[in-house]
Formats: sequence, C-alpha cells, structure tokens
Amino acid sequence: MALPATTPNVRVVTLTIDGRDLSAREDETIIEVCRENQIPIPSLCYLDGLSIWGGCRLCVVELEGQGRLFAACSTRVAEGMRIQTNTEKLQRYRRVIIELLFAERNHVCSVCVSNGHCELQWHAQKCGVDHVSVPYRQAAYPVDSSHEMFRMDHNRCILCTRCVRVCDEIEGAHTKDVMGRGSDCQIITDLAAPWGDSDTCTSCGKCVQVCPTGALVKQGTSAGEMVKDQHFLPILARRRHAQ
Amino acid sequence: MSTTNKITVATTWLDGCSGCHMSFLDMDERLIELAQKIDIVYSPLVDAKELPEQVDVGILEGSISSDDDLEKAKAFRQHCKLLISLGDCAVNGNVPAMRNQFKLSDVMDRAYRENVTLQPQIPNREVPALLKTVKPIHGEVRVDVFIPGCPPSADAIWHVLNELIEGRVPDPSSVTRFGA
Repeated sequence: MALPATTPNVRVVTLTIDGRDLSAREDETIIEVCRENQIPIPSLCYLDGLSIWGGCRLCVVELEGQGRLFAACSTRVAEGMRIQTNTEKLQRYRRVIIELLFAERNHVCSVCVSNGHCELQWHAQKCGVDHVSVPYRQAAYPVDSSHEMFRMDHNRCILCTRCVRVCDEIEGAHTKDVMGRGSDCQIITDLAAPWGDSDTCTSCGKCVQVCPTGALVKQGTSAGEMVKDQHFLPILARRRHAQ
Repeated sequence: MSTTNKITVATTWLDGCSGCHMSFLDMDERLIELAQKIDIVYSPLVDAKELPEQVDVGILEGSISSDDDLEKAKAFRQHCKLLISLGDCAVNGNVPAMRNQFKLSDVMDRAYRENVTLQPQIPNREVPALLKTVKPIHGEVRVDVFIPGCPPSADAIWHVLNELIEGRVPDPSSVTRFGA
C-alpha cells in the first residue's frame, strides 16, 4: 500500500499524542506525526521512503475509545484522535514482540557482523529486553553467499521486507520477494534461486543498506574474510628499481 | 575476614569463557570499595571449595551445557537468595548454544574424531556428560537479575551490584545490551 503523494488542499486535523496537543495533515500516519514531533516510537519494518508493511507491530499505539491496538505506521490520523504511545501495556507488548524475534531465529549478537549497528539489538536494549523468556527455536537457516558482493544470512532475518520493498519500489528490479509461511517464511531472490545466479539483481546494494539487522551484509565484512593481498608489493618495488 | 553485616556473594562459571569474571576483575580499584560491602564466599576467584548453605547473592556466568552445569545452577538457586545471570552465555546461550543446531553426536565427532590426529576418542571418564540442548540459566532455574553483554563491561557490573547493595531494583538495560 503506497502512500499517495501529498496534495496542496489537504485538511489539517488536531489530535493529542501522550497528552500533547498537535496538528497534522489528515493524510499523515500516526508514526509520521510522532517522528515530526520527536515522539519516539520503536519500529522495524517501517522505513521512511518505503511503502507501509505493518508487519513487525513494534509501533503499536493505544487509541482512546478503541478496544484494540493500532500499528502507528499503517493508521492515519483523524480529528480528535487521542493517542498513547508508551503505556505499560504497550511496553510489555513490545518486549514480547522483540523476545519472539530473538527466539525465532539465531540472533547471536556477540558474533554478528552487525553487532553495535543493529536495529533489533538497539530496540531490545531501549525496550528493556534483558533476556528472552520463551524457549529458543534453535532451527538452522541457510546462508546465501553466492553473490560476489553481498551475503544473505537467513538466521538473522526478521522478515521486515525492507529489502523486498526497496528493491521493487526504489531500484525497480524486484529481485527479492517473500516465499513460504510461518517458520518456513523466507526472503528469496528471483524464483528462490541462489543470489549469485540472479540476472535481475543490479548489485546496487540498497537492500543491504536498509536491512535493520545482520541478515544482509557486504561480503568481506566478517573477521575471517579480512584477507590481505600483498601481491602488488614485489611488482611495484621491482618496477621502481628498474627505472 | 567476613563480618556479619556484609552481603555474601558466590560466583561460578558454567559453559563460558570466564571473560565475564575477567570483566568483574576489570572493576580494578573499585574492587577495594566493593570488598568493604560484600564478602565473596565461594568463587573461582577465591579459595573456598564448597558453596555455603545460605548466600545472599549468586552470580552465574556461562550457559547450561552439561550435567555438571545443571547441578551447579540448581545448587546456586537453592542456596542463593538472589540469582544473577552474568553475561550473554548465561542470559541467552550465546556462543555455546550455537551447537544446538547440530546433533550432539555430530558435535562430539567433529571435536574429538574428525579434527584430531592422535588417538581419536570420545572422552567419557571424569568429564561431565554434555546435555542435548544448551540452555540459558533461566531455561532451567529461576533467575532474578539479568546482565547481558559479551562480556558486560566492568562499569555495567559495578552499576548493577551497586544498585543491589543500595537496595534498589537495577535496570541493566540502561548500562548494557546483548553482544555489548
């Protein structure tokens, strides 16, 4: 669901977020208004510039008078809306969501190439997840290293689909997509072929840049790949002496 | 030189690298200040050979990977009023738990048969049997405080211990995280 382009004659609505009186264009979503007003809402699948997915549910908020929670990224503001973004209930729900993400695949932060640069790790700390209370699934997922420049480690994937959307909507290649359901759900390249065999991938690397975790990385970034090449040295040295 | 008003602390390492204990020692001169307030009654860092009947605070590093780890974790839970999981291995299984994706017999073969050049054999005497699944401490016994990190920094350990000493509920996430 792509957001429509802004039109000049759009109406303005007033609403309150965490008790603050705010105004916003009626075509904005709750998360956009929060971001504009420096109200922090954690999110993983949402990324400014991409279409809305609404899959991670980390950005859930409470709307007064409504019995259920709403994803701030996929809910438009409305006149008189009263929104709570950080109640105890929401904090608890967000912690559970993050715990389930950690339990589902293999996020071993200490040995991950994205350690210290990972949005999942960062949100876990910010939301106070200091342990995972559900049992880990311990299922092994494949790693696709067939691409010359990039690598996909499905163990670290949280299925936010940012890579799928950036490839389709921004690069226009639509190399990546989603296959399977439940625990079998996986990001695929082309029709589930090795990434290196893809003839649609332009090797632009946008997917790597938008990936919130260590699932998509550049080749050569792990410690074991730091191979030095010193072949240039004797060649250059000989040529200089020959001059 | 234990005095009655000091908080008694016991520590041990299970399946880990002892790095969290090293991080504990990295508190450097603050250890002297800490020693005024706590008494370490059982630990790889001191000479005591037996866990006392009643201890105020137990600190466990490492995950539960063997019979022996499980026994120690249960003993700590039984004898310690408050139990702390120190470091990622204790908190989430971390590197030791990465073997969970493989069959235990394959792991043993890899370590003791495939990669050895002299007398390949599976050790079965005087070493504890490995469990099928590596678990974090709270996968087996109730844990009160979690300090993630690989290892948690000396500052993080200092902060959490101080909060406990002062009678406050510590917020480890304010000072450390998974993989820190």
